[in-house]
Amino acid sequence: MDQLFALSVVVPLLVAAALVGVKPLLSGRRRVLDAVAVLTAASVTVMLLVIMARTDGGDAVYWFAGFRPVRGIAIGIDFAAGPLSAGLAALAALLVTASMIFSWRYFQQVATFYHVLMLTFLAGMTGFCLTGDIFDLFVWFELMGVSAYALTAYRPEERGPIQGALNFAITNSVGAYISLSGIALIYGRTGALNMAQIGAYISRHPPDRLVVVAFLLIIAGLLVKSAIVPFHFWLADAHAVAPTPVCVLFSGVMVELGLYGIARVYWSMFGTALGHRAAISHVFLALGVLTAVVGALFCFRERHIKRLLAFSTISHAGMFLAGIGLLTPLGLAGAAVYVAGHAMVKGVLFLCTGIVLHRLGSVNETLLHGRARHLRITGVLFTLAGLGLADLPPFGTFLGKGWIEDTGESHGMMWLTPVFILCTILAGGAVLRVAGGVFYGLGDPPAEEQRMARGANEETSETDADRQRTPLTMLIPPTVLVAVAIAIGLTPLGPAVEAAAVRFQDQAAYNATVLHGAHVAHPVSPFPVEAAGITVPGVVRGLVSAVGALLLAYLALYRRRLPVLRRGYQPRVGLSALAEGFQSGVINDSVTWLVFGLACLGGVLALIIR
Amino acid sequence: MQIFPFIVVVWIVGAGLYGIVTSRDLIHQIICLIVVQSSTYVLLLGVGYVTGAVAPYFNDVPVHTPAVDPVVQALALTDVVVEAAVTALLLAIAIQAHKRFGTLDPHDLAEFKG
Repeated sequence: MDQLFALSVVVPLLVAAALVGVKPLLSGRRRVLDAVAVLTAASVTVMLLVIMARTDGGDAVYWFAGFRPVRGIAIGIDFAAGPLSAGLAALAALLVTASMIFSWRYFQQVATFYHVLMLTFLAGMTGFCLTGDIFDLFVWFELMGVSAYALTAYRPEERGPIQGALNFAITNSVGAYISLSGIALIYGRTGALNMAQIGAYISRHPPDRLVVVAFLLIIAGLLVKSAIVPFHFWLADAHAVAPTPVCVLFSGVMVELGLYGIARVYWSMFGTALGHRAAISHVFLALGVLTAVVGALFCFRERHIKRLLAFSTISHAGMFLAGIGLLTPLGLAGAAVYVAGHAMVKGVLFLCTGIVLHRLGSVNETLLHGRARHLRITGVLFTLAGLGLADLPPFGTFLGKGWIEDTGESHGMMWLTPVFILCTILAGGAVLRVAGGVFYGLGDPPAEEQRMARGANEETSETDADRQRTPLTMLIPPTVLVAVAIAIGLTPLGPAVEAAAVRFQDQAAYNATVLHGAHVAHPVSPFPVEAAGITVPGVVRGLVSAVGALLLAYLALYRRRLPVLRRGYQPRVGLSALAEGFQSGVINDSVTWLVFGLACLGGVLALIIR
Repeated sequence: MQIFPFIVVVWIVGAGLYGIVTSRDLIHQIICLIVVQSSTYVLLLGVGYVTGAVAPYFNDVPVHTPAVDPVVQALALTDVVVEAAVTALLLAIAIQAHKRFGTLDPHDLAEFKG
């Protein structure tokens, strides 16, 4: 059992190294490379699922080389996995497996380093989820980052990838170094790098400014990774240009891992020490709601399908942050289920976009209008996933978001539900508009949309010359992911996920498990635990979102027939230029916004925590 | 711990960020990123510094001699490795940018957004 922890990161890293080593032998044997990579990713998925199943309601702790803590002082480096962290890692591994199977027939020529980078990316994500050491968190963060930057620039012979990768790499690196500064400060104060021990130390002392500053700095780096407004400018550029199977990972888990990092850091280190629970909760909520709204608005005005999906990811990241930021078990459980459901449907959407790109050589909604009618299965999958994104029951998304909304309502935040439903309708409506226009040729043919189309450049094909049919290996992964998304919504997961969330938030139990080897099977929540299940209001809200998204998509497709709009209504040029100015794609601007966001967040924290 | 190293850290971060924000040349921008990262070395070493202590290896000094914290030095070393990887990758991409577009100005590159 214990060895599984080490193996789950060692296996992908070793296989990656071996693939580089035997590269000369593998030239011309592409299938061997594919098979090894797929098998590795699949075996890591199984290992992580086993770890998750065996956490037994508590945390399973593994000390590397057997350096166990002595009298409650950690001297080694540990992996500490609860059901949520192991589950997130398993989700990452599952998506890596799906993307690898998808890319079996996808790339024209695939160099060894695609598989190598995917495997190191997987190792980075797994380590990030499992680690219990704050400095290792940074190292895994960077391993994940470097692999991701390289994967974004996978086709450097083209224009977009260079710009996207540079923006991604520089912005995220600045974020990572800010986090590292925070880690150094907290080490200076506590003399510890183990998260449990840091938490035990600072909760025994009254919080001072240094702890608050360290919290701010660590959080800021993770907020950059999770693309929270105003730290989000790198995301759309990177998503638009990365190879489509890689986008599945970026949207499905990488962004969510940043949020996981925030939750882990908050509940294992700072939660008890900082106090001011309500105020911190409001800060997270404000950031989350702002992100959800901004992402949804930008999503709807986009015509480049990959960018559109990227903005929808930003919007969803905001809702996940709001779920986590409610700081209650049900909110966290909702965010966890929502992340899983979203990862599945977003994965399907990206994979179907990949199929469209493979067959038709474009990802521009305007150019593709009605041209994908013959891709029937792809169209059905894309539409289903679009409905899933719009929270149609029984997709897992409706369950998770419903719990977040339930929590908001029981805490007197009645406005949260309509705001979330509106964001979902905007993002889901945009995706369904794409589905209707591209796959079914619904709506008026685009004529006078040159201005909108200009923004969405043609993308040259990433793929094989044979485009007469869609290979089976490209259809199986999205089909499986749709099935899993529905299964998540239908399985009675509620009590188990909520117990895991309670466990995740119980800092004392985490400390005791890691530092003293205690087994705390039934942690207690200081907050009332609300029942998690499928409720009638939840189903109704899901249905409202889905119907609203369908209506919005319909209106968007036939907008020129609307009486008001027939009189030559154009979105105001100034407004649209402003929106484009925000997304200038200049690295300098992204970093300026990062500094601005950091300063604002610092100011707010300084005001609330005195 | 003295206050001086921390003033230096803030100065270095400020200088590096100012460089990244105002730069019109990718290579310059990447160097500024390295400057931002160097602030973390100073911070780490500053955190572990003990006035009048020896280097942390105990071959020919009496037991109980105060030594500076070896952990932060290990962290700084890891940090250097991370930086090497990131910088190498960024410079490789910058070379590609120059080859393809003949420009290294981030404002011009933004025109080639995907």
